[in-house]
Amino acid sequence: MSTAAQPPPAGDLASPRRLVELVLRARTFGIVVVLGVFVLITALIQSRFVDGGNIRFILTQTSLYALVAVGEAMVILTRNVDLSVGSVVGLSAFVSANQFGAHHFPIFAVFLVGLGVGIVCGIANGAITAVGRVPSLVVTLAMLYIIRGVDTIVVGSGEVVASTEPNGFLAMPQATLLGIPDMALAVTVIVGIAAYYLSSFRSGRDLYAIGSDPDAARLAGIPIAKRVFMAFVISGALAGLAGVVWASQYATINSTAAGGLELQEVAAVVVGGVAIFGGSGSVVGAALGALLLQTITSALNTVGVSSLWTEAIAGFLLVLAITLDRGIQLRLSAALRRRRVRLGA
Amino acid sequence: MPERSNGAEERREAAPADGEPASGEPAVLRLIDATKAFGAVHALEGVSLELHGGEVHALVGENGAGKSTLVKILGGVHQPDSGRLLAADGRELVLAGPADARDAGISIIFQEPTLFPDLSVAENVFIARQPRGAARRIDRRSMQRQTAALFERLGVSLDPDRIARGLSIAEQQLVEIAKALSLDARVVVMDEPTAALSAFEVARLFGVVKSLREHGTAVVFISHRLEEVFAICQRVTVLRDGRRVLSRPIAGMSAGDLVRAMVGRDIVQREHGRRVAGAPVLRVDGLTRAGVFQDVSFEVASGEIVALAGLVGAGRSEVARATFGIDPYDSGSVAVGDRPLDPRSPLAAMNAGVAFVPEDRRQQGLVMSMSITDNIALASLRRLRRRGLLRSSVEQRFAAEWAERLQVKYSRLSNPATSLSGGNQQKVVLAKWLSREPRVIIVDEPTRGIDVATKAEVHRILAGLAQSGVAVLVISSELPEVLALADRILVMREGRIQTELTREEASEERIMVAATGQAHVPLEPSPA
Amino acid sequence: MPERLRHLARWEAALAVALAAVFVLGVTSSSEFTSSYNLFTLCTNIGDIAIIALPMTLIVMVGEIDLSVASTLALSAETLGYLWGHGWPMAAILVVVIAIGGLAGAINGFLVTRVGLPSLAVTIGTLSLYRGLANVVLGPQTVSNYPTFFTNLGVENFPGVPFLSWSVVIFFVLAIITGVVLHKTPYGRSLKAIGLNREAALHAGIRVPRVKMGLFVLSGVVCALVGMLYTFELSSAGEGIAIGFELKVITIVLLGGVSIFGGVGTIAGVALAAFVYAGLHSVLLLSSSFNDNDFQVVSGGLLILSVLVPNLPSFAQRIREVMRRRAARNRASAGALERSA
Repeated sequence: MSTAAQPPPAGDLASPRRLVELVLRARTFGIVVVLGVFVLITALIQSRFVDGGNIRFILTQTSLYALVAVGEAMVILTRNVDLSVGSVVGLSAFVSANQFGAHHFPIFAVFLVGLGVGIVCGIANGAITAVGRVPSLVVTLAMLYIIRGVDTIVVGSGEVVASTEPNGFLAMPQATLLGIPDMALAVTVIVGIAAYYLSSFRSGRDLYAIGSDPDAARLAGIPIAKRVFMAFVISGALAGLAGVVWASQYATINSTAAGGLELQEVAAVVVGGVAIFGGSGSVVGAALGALLLQTITSALNTVGVSSLWTEAIAGFLLVLAITLDRGIQLRLSAALRRRRVRLGA
Repeated sequence: MPERSNGAEERREAAPADGEPASGEPAVLRLIDATKAFGAVHALEGVSLELHGGEVHALVGENGAGKSTLVKILGGVHQPDSGRLLAADGRELVLAGPADARDAGISIIFQEPTLFPDLSVAENVFIARQPRGAARRIDRRSMQRQTAALFERLGVSLDPDRIARGLSIAEQQLVEIAKALSLDARVVVMDEPTAALSAFEVARLFGVVKSLREHGTAVVFISHRLEEVFAICQRVTVLRDGRRVLSRPIAGMSAGDLVRAMVGRDIVQREHGRRVAGAPVLRVDGLTRAGVFQDVSFEVASGEIVALAGLVGAGRSEVARATFGIDPYDSGSVAVGDRPLDPRSPLAAMNAGVAFVPEDRRQQGLVMSMSITDNIALASLRRLRRRGLLRSSVEQRFAAEWAERLQVKYSRLSNPATSLSGGNQQKVVLAKWLSREPRVIIVDEPTRGIDVATKAEVHRILAGLAQSGVAVLVISSELPEVLALADRILVMREGRIQTELTREEASEERIMVAATGQAHVPLEPSPA
Repeated sequence: MPERLRHLARWEAALAVALAAVFVLGVTSSSEFTSSYNLFTLCTNIGDIAIIALPMTLIVMVGEIDLSVASTLALSAETLGYLWGHGWPMAAILVVVIAIGGLAGAINGFLVTRVGLPSLAVTIGTLSLYRGLANVVLGPQTVSNYPTFFTNLGVENFPGVPFLSWSVVIFFVLAIITGVVLHKTPYGRSLKAIGLNREAALHAGIRVPRVKMGLFVLSGVVCALVGMLYTFELSSAGEGIAIGFELKVITIVLLGGVSIFGGVGTIAGVALAAFVYAGLHSVLLLSSSFNDNDFQVVSGGLLILSVLVPNLPSFAQRIREVMRRRAARNRASAGALERSA
């Protein structure tokens, strides 16, 4: 090139990286802020809200939802969705807790049964979606009903009652370590493991790539079918485990257990910062989203708002979260483009 | 190292008729007699190519000459119908997919890089191959260090940890090149890399290419811009109509030689017969969209063909789309006749008599899985109603009439648009719009990717339109086409109209000068 | 592609065959199958779902989805109960209900077309939101004292034809209208174009956001009206009304040959699918071993089959492709270029 080409003038504007990081951090921080605000306001109205017992209760409730949210987050990261988790939790709750009465299984074996139920469901979801290349929306919606149907058939008109379950099992939700519920600690460990896997291992990073740009992922040679399949299996497995947790928390299980759970989970995951089209977000965020939703439910209960509002509020928050995320995304893209124009690049 | 050693079965190679001197450098990759057809379109016929390490090899040719097919074969995206690909040691390579090409050390930098927007730059470079440390855990620091080192080697500064979303095309290209380097690519193919770059970025890219050369990599450089070819390439291969016309060192050649080889004729055919232009029909005034185009004003009169020339990325398609109402604009106005058009309403433009043949016919011009009939009728459905309903006999007659008028070659009108060749697809798009009998027609890249015969037909159609009083606005990156068609040429550069040239004043050189902002375009051979 | 066209005619033909098979199965397995009572029950079961399937078909045609249909229905039903319980005249209630349905649809449409959110996520959210609001409106009460003029809609057959319910007749009329609009008008053609290639549709002057918004509002209004119809048929409105409807609607739409990706499908197919579904339900329930819950499994299976089957030819093709590549790779020695010294 004969003419002297000028480099762009050095700007004193914030680097793009810092801008994006700032926004992402603000997003996660935003959840914590909203959480804090809710807790504060509710505590001011009804101080009972923040006493030890209630906090422990909220944490225990959250642990179940957060557990499922981790698996759901992994599926959503790949630009899919698992709408069958509620049915899986319900089926697993019944089948696993039933083993106490029917076969006198010990507690850890019951956990394995629940895990197994979840894995089988996850395999079905994963196989049809990944191998059959069928949209996961339709597959998991159908599985939601198939599994619920199977659950109803298996349960019949019966139910599992507390008397068949060992006291140790039913007391699990109450167990604490240094004042923190064991369940919450266990789930925190699981969230940590999942977060570590997603950030530090190639197959974990592949999930983000698949959701970020499926065509680029294919070109890059990422085994998409294999990864998506695994994501569904994990989601199923965690939902299966959560079923056992459900059984220990609610004791009595019939065929309607955990109905509608999937919608709350999707809401929690999206509120927690996982993009609905995948590619970005974290399981920690998803767990925080679950915590936020449970806290809000508890807060509303404490303040005296009827529990009928829960469903409406969960739906509203989901819509709000995706709207805000979209707004943020648009502004971010515009800001990054303007920076580029100003730098003359 | 003997060049022509071949362990595979005997096959007579195409005689090196161009008299290419045997260079001292080893051939790193050889493509022999590649042929590829897509249905009726013969994209490549018996093309051979030899790539040498440490050399920048230009691949030049008009649109539709077969360049992108060749690139896709090298990249494993397409498999040739016949022909072989040989490695440096003479081993035959079979590339069943992009991964195979990568394993073979071939890296393609496509015109539109596909990065993962949500992942960091470093992770994009090392996707699926992230360096691992203890316990197979990703070693982020090593990944970051290696990426930084790659950028340093290329002489650019990009933050390895920043997210890929928001990177300019130039920066995305650099990430792709870094990726190629990290894959230890022996062959790096760059497909129109400078199309969307500013002058500064182009200079930076050239520095990168130079360092690739020094590294011993074979670089294939595809570009429309002949001055770039002369600036950095040592060897050039010219494709025309799917065949290799020329392949020799660039030393001693002139731009005229290249153009002649590309086009096959000495002088660009100009349209005979002057047209007399009428009153202005399309008036664009002060059209501005921040960051895209600035203060664009022009008029197109009835019976006149105005061309918007310039390099890709100058903003021409964006102006066209804004004029038609597909894209927004911040200020300015568009008027047809005396009436201003509502912005952002293609329907308003259509009702005012404007037609728009878009750049991407598969994505924007046609609904590929719909029938030819449906596609031709798509913009005229209201007019085809009989008592509120559509009748297939009416539609078919309509489509048949217009297909006939434009000489579309098809086997059945009910076949989907995918069954047509590129040229005939473009004619269907034209049929769709011409059947509305527009006052103004905007055509974006009218002959991209279509065979030469159909190209001539399209040119005739456009000239005929002007003759019958339609105001025609053509956007084209092909200078011969611009010169052949236009009564007036508006050259855009970086979002503004730089120059207006009449057909008498215009020449390829003058257009290129205005398009690139270059004071001097070296059309004389440069020392290799 | 012609293959697509042929495939579609094949699909409707297959559904017709399936319908005949279900009929034969019903007749042979139970003497009650063809009784007026049974056929009437079948009609009442499917009528409302089928009516909602019509706007849903149009929405899926343009590449979107509306999972909030059952919730909108419930919201309208509960509103009807609440207002009627408070002494409002039916005409006024009708206006309010239509307005609510339209608003519900408009919210969906706004979020999808103006804000640019994916309809799946939006309607998952509004599914909960509207259902929650419905629960709040009436709470745990139920209202049952509707005038017999209306409740007869659910009990009496269409005059003259003993086995046809009002809901099915309304469905047939609406289906014909929708079919004509979809297949024979410019508007319907534009829906197909949007579903097949949204960008090309935009470039052809089709006002895509406006069309989509209109469809969501239409869906909302239709669901609201069906909410009233359904309440009258049940003679009461209460909590948990129409739970799970959305799945049945989507099942019928997809079973009817409408592609989940948009642009492909016929109303005739959806109508056939509705009756195949209802017929199968009836047949299975008449045999003593099945109940409603068991049928859930069957309908879920049908849904999966209806999206899996269109994929089979491409699945087989992909397997052939993989085989071919493996053979090609084994034939010639592929590998990395030798690293030159």
